Amino acid sequence: MSFQGNSRTEPDRRGFHTAVIYGLGAIMGLAMSLPAAVYLLFPPKSKKEDQWVEAADLSKLETGVAEEVVFRRNRVDGWKVSSEKTSAWVVKKSDTEVVAFAPQCTHLGCAYRFDERKKQFNCPCHTSNFDLDGKVIDGPAPRPLDRYLVKIEGNKLLLGQVEKKEA
Amino acid sequence: MVKRIRHFIESRTGLETFVNEFLYEDIPASAGWHNVMGSVALFCFLVQAFTGVMLSFNYAASPGEAYNSVKFIMTELTGGKLIRGLHHWGASMMIVVVVLHMVQVLIWGAYKKPREATWMVGVVLLMVTMAFGLTGYLLPWDNRAYWGTVVTTQIAGLAPGAGQYVQRLMGAESGVGVVTFARFYSMHTLLLPVAILLLIAFHVYLVRKHGVAPDPGDNGPKGKFYPSQVFKDTVAIFVAFTVLFSMALILEAPLGRLADPTDTSYTPRPDWYFMFLFQLLKFFEGPLEVVGAVILPNLAIVALLLAPFIDRGGVKRVGQRKGAMALVLVGAIGWSALTGAAISGTPKEVEGVATGGPAEWAHLSPEELAGIGYYRKENCSACHTLGEDGKKMGPDLAKSGIRRDAKWMLEHFKNPQEKMPGTSMPPIHLADSQLNALAAFLLKLNTQNAKELRDAPQPAVDGALVYQQNRCNACHQVNEVGAKLGPPLNGLAKRRERAWVEGHFADPQKFSPGTTMPPYRLAPKDLERLTSYLLSL
Repeated sequence: MSFQGNSRTEPDRRGFHTAVIYGLGAIMGLAMSLPAAVYLLFPPKSKKEDQWVEAADLSKLETGVAEEVVFRRNRVDGWKVSSEKTSAWVVKKSDTEVVAFAPQCTHLGCAYRFDERKKQFNCPCHTSNFDLDGKVIDGPAPRPLDRYLVKIEGNKLLLGQVEKKEA
Repeated sequence: MVKRIRHFIESRTGLETFVNEFLYEDIPASAGWHNVMGSVALFCFLVQAFTGVMLSFNYAASPGEAYNSVKFIMTELTGGKLIRGLHHWGASMMIVVVVLHMVQVLIWGAYKKPREATWMVGVVLLMVTMAFGLTGYLLPWDNRAYWGTVVTTQIAGLAPGAGQYVQRLMGAESGVGVVTFARFYSMHTLLLPVAILLLIAFHVYLVRKHGVAPDPGDNGPKGKFYPSQVFKDTVAIFVAFTVLFSMALILEAPLGRLADPTDTSYTPRPDWYFMFLFQLLKFFEGPLEVVGAVILPNLAIVALLLAPFIDRGGVKRVGQRKGAMALVLVGAIGWSALTGAAISGTPKEVEGVATGGPAEWAHLSPEELAGIGYYRKENCSACHTLGEDGKKMGPDLAKSGIRRDAKWMLEHFKNPQEKMPGTSMPPIHLADSQLNALAAFLLKLNTQNAKELRDAPQPAVDGALVYQQNRCNACHQVNEVGAKLGPPLNGLAKRRERAWVEGHFADPQKFSPGTTMPPYRLAPKDLERLTSYLLSL
């Protein structure tokens, strides 16, 4: 071997070999794991387009009561754009003010219901209760119900993205 | 504390002893740089396994969906191109490395007694590696994948007696389809990985059992595997890794159009390492086809397997193994010749480069060609790419994920905001007929022709613009597009002189008495452009 001269002692060479093994190993490990981490953790490049969907006819909603409306919207899910059924709990406060709640409990995502007698939303999973404004009355839910962005055009109720408010 | 943990692990698992035994294995004094290929092959496998799992995290294992998900990986995910590039080029590299490993063993005669079994398992490993390549080829489900697999399964069907059953096993009895896809996917991700792991384990066990083959007359003191040989292996692995990583960064792994069983224009080609088999078939016709397709390849495999039993002479120094070297040389030359012939015989459109033959733009209708003109005039390339590298604000129009129809495009050109709220694209202020031409051009684009269409010569484009503006297509046909009232204009140069054509525009009656063609008073520049274009058809 070329560097088997007298200038290099055996432990020297051993140290050099070990250093190269670990050094190159670390470089290759990083070169593989960093792109993989980026690949798995970064969100897809395309931004979600804002989309307004017509969900209900305002004139048919009763004031002060929660009603579940079902509508279709496009969902970009990885490589698929699918039109899927979603729902919202809509509370019409007046002809110009409407709130629309996303249909999942903010605790663990169960579908909640409306108790007409108590005028409350209650979640069957861990008995969180919310009032008509979406505020937590009791139970383990960490934050008020999530709301859709709402736009009113004439009699049409348009829903946009769901906005999540931190607790 | 660390010591105690180490002691605990050692006493309960014996892990340290195991690792030490593995690392401090005796190796012959003659071991050296020529022994690195086995480790490099193992490394290649690990890269394939890792990137394969990464890809499968974003891969839909059903035809059609598969294509969309691969496209999603390539265009939407950060690092997706790199990961797929590593897997794609890694497959080729693994074949190269495994073959180099075998060539080394062959030249050194390292398969001789008692290492025959090690060699034979190695040959099976080569087959498994090729099976990985074959099954993985289908998984992107583009035209290349689909048509390549059609040919493969047809070849398998040629096997005498067994053909039909092999085809049935591949799920391709009634053509390549969902069943084939499921079988190939399952082979590629379940069966073959388990098989290769077991075989590698067995192979390594055998290498350890018999030790690395020493050169003849090597009576020197035994060395240790770690660190001096591990150092050489690591350096070789690093070189291979650098090559692979650069390839993945520089060369984009191909993804053509979605598999289209009705696309008769597509010329199927296997991956380069199967090209020699593909070319071999051309020498055997009719009833002899089975010789090239089945008999010869299988004989070659058997010969490889039996090599240690055929070459039974005593152990010789490398320099004296002239026969083995000659064999490797002949094999390499034969393989290169077949592969070279297959590649040079590949029609150009498959590779996406056209040299000679009618240029890509010459196939366009004048309206489509004029579309290129509007694309240039409106400076669309400020925001869009046409298949070239580099990112711009707008999508790459050669491979924009979702193909739209002309009507959608027209509305989008006029009012981009309406079709795509939030887009930063400005409206294009052109007449409907001009926007139609632009849409027609864009609909014609794909990743294979984009580069060439982008570079279509300006004189031809100018001529097509004049043609389109004067609505020549109302009476004439070019490339079979247009009305048949007047004569078709392809091949005009063969029939008429330039002066005749130019004169004819100004006064058709003079040149073709009784014609219904009205006179055209074109500006001299336009007349020259239109005539040049028509004469080039």
